[in-house]
Amino acid sequence: MKSLEDLEKKINSELTTKIDKTEIKHNQIYIETDKEDIIDVAIFLKTNQDTKFRQLIDITVVDYPEQNQRFEVVYLFLSHEFNQRLIVKYSIAENEVIPSLTSIFPSANWMEREVFDMYGVSFKDHPDLRRILTDYGFEGHPLRKDFPLTGHSEVRYSEDQKKVISEPVKLEQNYRNFDYESPWEGTKYIKEEIENNDKKN
Amino acid sequence: MTKKIKNLNLNFGPQHPAAHGVLRLILELDGEVVEKADPHIGLLHRGTEKLIENKTYMQAVPYFDRLDYVAPMNQEHAFALAVEKILKIDVPIRAQYIRVIFCEIGRILSHILNVTTQALDVGALTPSLWGFEERETLMTFYERASGSRLHANYFRAGGVHQDLPKGLEEDIAKFCETFPKIINDLESLLTDNRIFKQRNVDIGVVTKEDALDYSFSGVMIRGSGVPWDLRKSQPYDCYESLDFKIPVGKNGDCYDRYLCRIEEMKESVSIIKQCLAKMEKGPIKSLDGKISPPPKAEIKQSMEALIHHFKLFTEGYRVPKDEIYTAVEAPKGEFGVYLISDGSSKPYKCKIRAPGFSHLQSMDYLIKGHMLADVPAVLGSLDIVFGEVDR
Repeated sequence: MKSLEDLEKKINSELTTKIDKTEIKHNQIYIETDKEDIIDVAIFLKTNQDTKFRQLIDITVVDYPEQNQRFEVVYLFLSHEFNQRLIVKYSIAENEVIPSLTSIFPSANWMEREVFDMYGVSFKDHPDLRRILTDYGFEGHPLRKDFPLTGHSEVRYSEDQKKVISEPVKLEQNYRNFDYESPWEGTKYIKEEIENNDKKN
Repeated sequence: MTKKIKNLNLNFGPQHPAAHGVLRLILELDGEVVEKADPHIGLLHRGTEKLIENKTYMQAVPYFDRLDYVAPMNQEHAFALAVEKILKIDVPIRAQYIRVIFCEIGRILSHILNVTTQALDVGALTPSLWGFEERETLMTFYERASGSRLHANYFRAGGVHQDLPKGLEEDIAKFCETFPKIINDLESLLTDNRIFKQRNVDIGVVTKEDALDYSFSGVMIRGSGVPWDLRKSQPYDCYESLDFKIPVGKNGDCYDRYLCRIEEMKESVSIIKQCLAKMEKGPIKSLDGKISPPPKAEIKQSMEALIHHFKLFTEGYRVPKDEIYTAVEAPKGEFGVYLISDGSSKPYKCKIRAPGFSHLQSMDYLIKGHMLADVPAVLGSLDIVFGEVDR
């Protein structure tokens, strides 16, 4: 499809119920769909003569811990033929298993491994779902918002045991996260105190 | 009597000069033929994306230098463009030229390193000695503009940190005159060299289809005959106004990729020349005081400038709620930033799409059926740098 508007119409008319929402912004199309439909959507985007999104650029997840459906899975596609970019998204809850795209796009293999490693989202029918970026024997999923920046354990060489050992993180000083947002109104805890006092009065 | 033959498992790396960094490659060998390759990556994982989520937008820039540390400014460019698009700010024309000049210098830096070390991997020592002398010159240009040879931290949302020092433009122009001769010298050593060709021609062949399926980009996809370059197809900054060609390979083997890189270096020199000719004096960063820090002299005079300075370097600028994917043509391929902002002064999420990650993923497919000695040749031709693969 030549223009993004035509493409939007085409996708909406062909995939109808599989698409929840489409939007054009920053010269890219953003599509919302469901976990069950992602395989069909991906096959359509890859094979249809008017879309030809032949390349899967990346897969990632965004973590919103305060939401019921905690994770938002994001797929980025590129069509060389029509020079267009497309972003497909859907939300899932914490322990949901989602379908793997490895059979359609071989490059999804490592991208899904990375998502599994960083966010702990599992993929169904993935040929080789192992951790990829973190250390052998690593625990936790570092890119979740509730994973501390300093991590849980640190490694060092122990002179006594003559090997590399892993210990809980010991910090001389805690990680300092200054609240610069509005120094004139006071920091968050002071604001909360004022609000509480107001309520009492 | 039949004898059972067991395949040999070989551990290549993580400390091996031909692994180009910290790659651990588990190879399954049948005699000298590779049956299976399983790359173990992540030995240089530093949690860049997590760190960026905890820093302001300005503090995030140095982390991009440390991804592909062979061409630092190209990465900064992707991040700067992403933030600019969300903030909807314009970049002054001089800043655009400066950024393009340094991106092309980065491309030359990266390609010299790749071409010469690939030659080194297959047995030629001299190219690296000649090439590294030129890299040294280029890195002094980096140093004169930004203050450091490698980790520049020079690009900002809305322009660059400061203007080029006096005399740098002339020196870059001089370099553009002498450098093509060095490329010719390198070519005279390698292009028709019998040993180099024996080691590279028809090795690691990638078909067009597979290049698309495995999410290849940059030289890896152009070497297979797909004319795709983001500088042409989705131009950013001032690339649209520049005249340059995109070299495309034919056979998709290591040798074609080598040729593409050589030609790209020549094109880069021409781009730099055009930029130098077109560049005029003018501002080098956005004049919006809420985004660019004020000049030092102004802080001593103006209260507003002082407040801006204080706010920018404590809280940082706020970026409205939005999400965007921006990609640039880095020397190694499509380098992208998927940025989600939430209205505060820190990114909510910043996913980095590194070209090397998808290239290295195809190692198993590329090397299957090749000899063990071809492993360094293919690895070299993939042009991987672990800073960006492991992030």
